[in-house]
Amino acid sequence: MKATAIPPWGLPALGAALIALAALTDTRLALILAVWFGAWALNATLADRARGRGSRFLVPLIFGVTLLALWEMAVQLYDISFVILPAPSAIWARMVTETATLWADFQQTILKGALAGYIMGCGAAFLAALAVDRSPFLQKGLLPVGNFIAALPIVGTAPIFVMWFGFGWQSKSAVVVAMVFFPMLVNCVQGLKASDQMQRDLMRTYAASYGQTLVKLRLPTAMPFIFNGLKICTTLALIGAIVAEFFGSPTVGMGFRIKIEMGRLAMDMVWAEIAVAALAGSGFYGLVALIEKRLTFWHPSQRRG
Amino acid sequence: MSALADTARPRAPGALSALASAVLPVLTIVLAIVAIWYAASVMMNRAWTLDQIARQNLEMTTMEIVAATMNQERPVLPTPHQVFNELWSTTAGEPIMRERRGEMQGNPRNLIFHAYHTLWPTILGFGIGSFLGILLAVGIVHSRAMDMSVMPWAIASQTIPILAIAPIIVVVVSNLPALNNAVDQGWISEDTKLLVPKALISSYLSFFPVVVGMVAGLRSPNAMDLDLMRTWSASRGQTFWKLRLPASVPFLFTSLKVSIAAALVGTIVAELPTGARFGLGARLLTGSYYGQTIQIWSALFMAAICAAALVILLGALEKLVLRRMGARP
Repeated sequence: MKATAIPPWGLPALGAALIALAALTDTRLALILAVWFGAWALNATLADRARGRGSRFLVPLIFGVTLLALWEMAVQLYDISFVILPAPSAIWARMVTETATLWADFQQTILKGALAGYIMGCGAAFLAALAVDRSPFLQKGLLPVGNFIAALPIVGTAPIFVMWFGFGWQSKSAVVVAMVFFPMLVNCVQGLKASDQMQRDLMRTYAASYGQTLVKLRLPTAMPFIFNGLKICTTLALIGAIVAEFFGSPTVGMGFRIKIEMGRLAMDMVWAEIAVAALAGSGFYGLVALIEKRLTFWHPSQRRG
Repeated sequence: MSALADTARPRAPGALSALASAVLPVLTIVLAIVAIWYAASVMMNRAWTLDQIARQNLEMTTMEIVAATMNQERPVLPTPHQVFNELWSTTAGEPIMRERRGEMQGNPRNLIFHAYHTLWPTILGFGIGSFLGILLAVGIVHSRAMDMSVMPWAIASQTIPILAIAPIIVVVVSNLPALNNAVDQGWISEDTKLLVPKALISSYLSFFPVVVGMVAGLRSPNAMDLDLMRTWSASRGQTFWKLRLPASVPFLFTSLKVSIAAALVGTIVAELPTGARFGLGARLLTGSYYGQTIQIWSALFMAAICAAALVILLGALEKLVLRRMGARP
């Protein structure tokens, strides 16, 4: 601790020096740096002092707002071309006026394509995991193959599935099923092995059937792994559904809109779609994480403090 | 010596049967997949063949129909041997370089040429992404403010579908004055400039697994080890270099393997909306435009081979590094 310790005034002094140096050459840069250091100092003190629930939300919030503010400032101060990077305010304005279109795209891509595929893919993977768990032969044969396929760029199957299942949401769901199946399978199989031998022996001494052991012991212990798979698959599902729309889609959908508006250089609309996608993705991830917290409250990884 | 040989002999069949029990199930599954694949391609391609027969008023036996379904020019589902033939003829059957406009250039009919155009940005992006990931992880472990503010946004950044970002990055990067200037000055070629956005997109996908794995790795030394370092009055820097960093290496390699596969996906996805002419993604897209299913499948398999090769390479590196660090296999 002693040798490399920086005095408490060290960092602020360094920041002030940097800002002063920037001010000599470029006032705009100095302004941006000042906002950045100010927000960072606020965050650092908050993170050090407060340890309650409030700061847990506040610190990331301040960080995000700072990024948005810096973005807006950079665009305004440096007059960045609209084609290269629209300001957050312009994106927000577009989101407000085009709510109907964004909602239609959201329904088509997220609710129909991604969600349907996610449920089918994860469900199928779960059932397959039960089968794999019952048969050691399948376990030895399917898992290496599954691990291999999980590392492949499965989004590449999108053109094939669009050819097979048409332009509608069905082909997008098919891509999502292919993308989420193996990551989910690998996680579920690992989870089903998570209960230890002693616990399983205990169940046997109770004369528990396979079904009882599964429901009362092995599924609960598998829960953290299953949720890990479910969480990974949320983002995969979103990416799959949007990428697949690139290979052909009806005149609605987020991937379709991004492609079309890119061609027209309507970058604010493209960014509005991205904002929706990011919100949807974070919300989806958050929802699964919330369910996990409710269901696996007993697991060490969920304990607080 | 003879005693050693005697004890060694009965082990050999044991090792052999262990190998067989590991390989046999995989082989069975692979064979089953191939068999299902053939059956499926017969089922899916039948309609077209039957249609052709009806149009041309031909008489065909069942065997002939089956044979015809397996060798269509644009099948709904190409058979394994068609994909293999295509892979073979576009790698070994085509010269990698060909003469064009008086100079030797890469041959776009060769799949290795396309793989090369995808692999370079992948490796570059993987390098950038894992470097940034490690840097971010070091910051997160050492600064509470950074931990609390960066981590939630790093997770949120991964929920942005990469395809949405790809066209924007390409537009922004190809308009960057610095990059255009570098091309004008002759520092980098036009081809290298096209490589930059692809590499950036693949680094965007590959940094996240590294951050997560590296943070876990840097935090893996337990309280006892850390206390021991404190009793030696080790500085933060010493604790980092001598304890935290070595402890994080196994975690790092596990994440790097995930990350390089993600980087490859990133590059391929980056090639889709950007109108790239070369690369496996471009190959997929042209195949999809012209209904060349065999070309799509062979590009897909080439991507699979690349991903597997990269992961195996990293695995070998991992073994080497861990052995150098004194880990017992």
